[in-house]
Amino acid sequence: MAVSCRGITKLYGSGDNAVHALRGVDLEVRSGELLMLVGPSGCGKTTLISVMAGVLDQTAGYCLFFGQDLSQLATNAKTAYRGKTVGFVFQSLNLVPMLTAAENVAVPLLLTGVPWTEALHHAEEMLSRVHLEDRLHFYPAQLSGGQLQRVAIARALVHHPRLIVCDEPTSALDNVTGQEVLDVVRRLGVAQDRAVVVVTHDARIFHFADRIAVMNDGRIERITTSPNELLSAP
Amino acid sequence: MTRHVSLKMLMGDRAKYVSIIFGLTFASLLITQQAGIFLGIMARTFSTMSDLEVADIWVMDPMVQYLDDVYGLPLTQLYRVRGVDGVEWAVPFYKGQLRARLKDGRFQTLVVMGIDDATLIGGPPRMLEGQVADLRRTDAIIVDSIGASTRLSQREPEGERPLRLGDTLEINDNRALVVGFCQVTRPFSTMPIVYMTYSQALQYAPQERKMLPFILVKAKDGVDHRELATRIHATTGLGAYSTADFKRLTVTYYLKNTAIPFNFGTSALLGFLVGTAVAGQTFYSFTLDNLKYFATFKAMGATNGLLFRMILLQAFFVGATGFGLGAGLASLFGFILRKGEFAFWLPWQLLLSSAVAVSLICLGAAAMSIRKVIRLEPGVVFKG
Repeated sequence: MAVSCRGITKLYGSGDNAVHALRGVDLEVRSGELLMLVGPSGCGKTTLISVMAGVLDQTAGYCLFFGQDLSQLATNAKTAYRGKTVGFVFQSLNLVPMLTAAENVAVPLLLTGVPWTEALHHAEEMLSRVHLEDRLHFYPAQLSGGQLQRVAIARALVHHPRLIVCDEPTSALDNVTGQEVLDVVRRLGVAQDRAVVVVTHDARIFHFADRIAVMNDGRIERITTSPNELLSAP
Repeated sequence: MTRHVSLKMLMGDRAKYVSIIFGLTFASLLITQQAGIFLGIMARTFSTMSDLEVADIWVMDPMVQYLDDVYGLPLTQLYRVRGVDGVEWAVPFYKGQLRARLKDGRFQTLVVMGIDDATLIGGPPRMLEGQVADLRRTDAIIVDSIGASTRLSQREPEGERPLRLGDTLEINDNRALVVGFCQVTRPFSTMPIVYMTYSQALQYAPQERKMLPFILVKAKDGVDHRELATRIHATTGLGAYSTADFKRLTVTYYLKNTAIPFNFGTSALLGFLVGTAVAGQTFYSFTLDNLKYFATFKAMGATNGLLFRMILLQAFFVGATGFGLGAGLASLFGFILRKGEFAFWLPWQLLLSSAVAVSLICLGAAAMSIRKVIRLEPGVVFKG
């Protein structure tokens, strides 16, 4: 099991102003699968992947990452664990505009202490795997939307994490590019000892998922393996 | 290895990077240059002492507050000082202002140094033309080279020319013959400096009952200068200071009684404030602009300590560059104007102080930035 969440509750604010973002979520993500989290805006998808990725502490419940409860770790240990174990693809990508594609991809390695030259070498290899070998030294401003998304994916994969979280990876892409990007995520991200969690609104990419968890109002409503079931739902 | 990333982030935003460097360069230049001029002026207040390093102790009237505050002593005090235990030798030294009349009728006030007739101790530090011993000739004087070519220049029908060997001046109605030119440390006042023997100075100066302003003392080997000065004071009741202490006394007088420190201090402070406002603010704003990326790094495994080091490196880099450029420009300024009358002194202590001031600006900006980054929740990266 990659991630096992039990009774996850997240409360923002307190007293009368408290907002329940998550209301006792139980969810498991298996190694070797691509799980999609879908649901209307404000249903708690982003909060849930933040907890699952270890960047947000839950108010109640627990979440095990490959058997490890991150809430039991000290801040620095948690940060270090996250750095080695989790790969991120953010909705707004967050590629550093002053760094080239290769340098951006090298960042997770550099943060874990890999020397500059070695990190760049691995980053270039990873960019080749997403077919950007001719864009290694391009800056983000010089790349198209699809290329940027592939750089972000390469950055999420370069340090061989065991969990990859993608937040709305196709929200700014046309259908064809979106399909290509998810194909890359599926092809390179999913592995026997690795899981991918994708938050999305985009029904056109549901078919890439092994399972789809539908969220509403801070809860998991249902989990399905059939995208058609969702697409035909009223 | 994140230093590459840190520096590329810093230099990638060219406009902000240039603004930060410009602000720090300007601050460093203003602080260093203004403080350099201030120190240069202060050093001129004890220029005579700087030229007279042979004397270990200066003896004078106990009420004297600084080098140009001259009260005469009776000559008998010289013999009393010579009798104090630990004194190797003691010689009279005259320093005063006398009025000279030039050939064309102009008047010019001179600073006259009267040195011991027998030993010529207290003479010019560096002769450019002639010999110090030429002062033993009748009516002989040695003039400082800058005074000779500026305020004492001779106006003739063919034009103006510097004073030459063999020219004569009229000092207080006495004939004075130029026998040499010397180079001296520039004094606080811009008046020409003229050396002559002590006895000749007494003849030229208006007669007073007590005519000996200073006694220069050399301590015997191994005798502590400050202790000997205390002993001279205890024995004779005169004011006696080691050269270093008398320099300090003179500078303190100028610091307390003139607006010089305030004027230059204001400029240096202005440089510091401008540096803080421009560079500090821009650096902070640079960090705010990059907060999203710092949060991304944090989510991806960067500890607070690592981000702290990244920001500190950026601050150090801009600080070192700005300080280097500013201090370099200030040094160039001093170098270009070194031969003129411009007062500028750039000791290593000033460079160090300027570096500390620039460091404070950078550390202040970095501290604000680091505070912001450390408080950053990595979860914000998912908020788009």
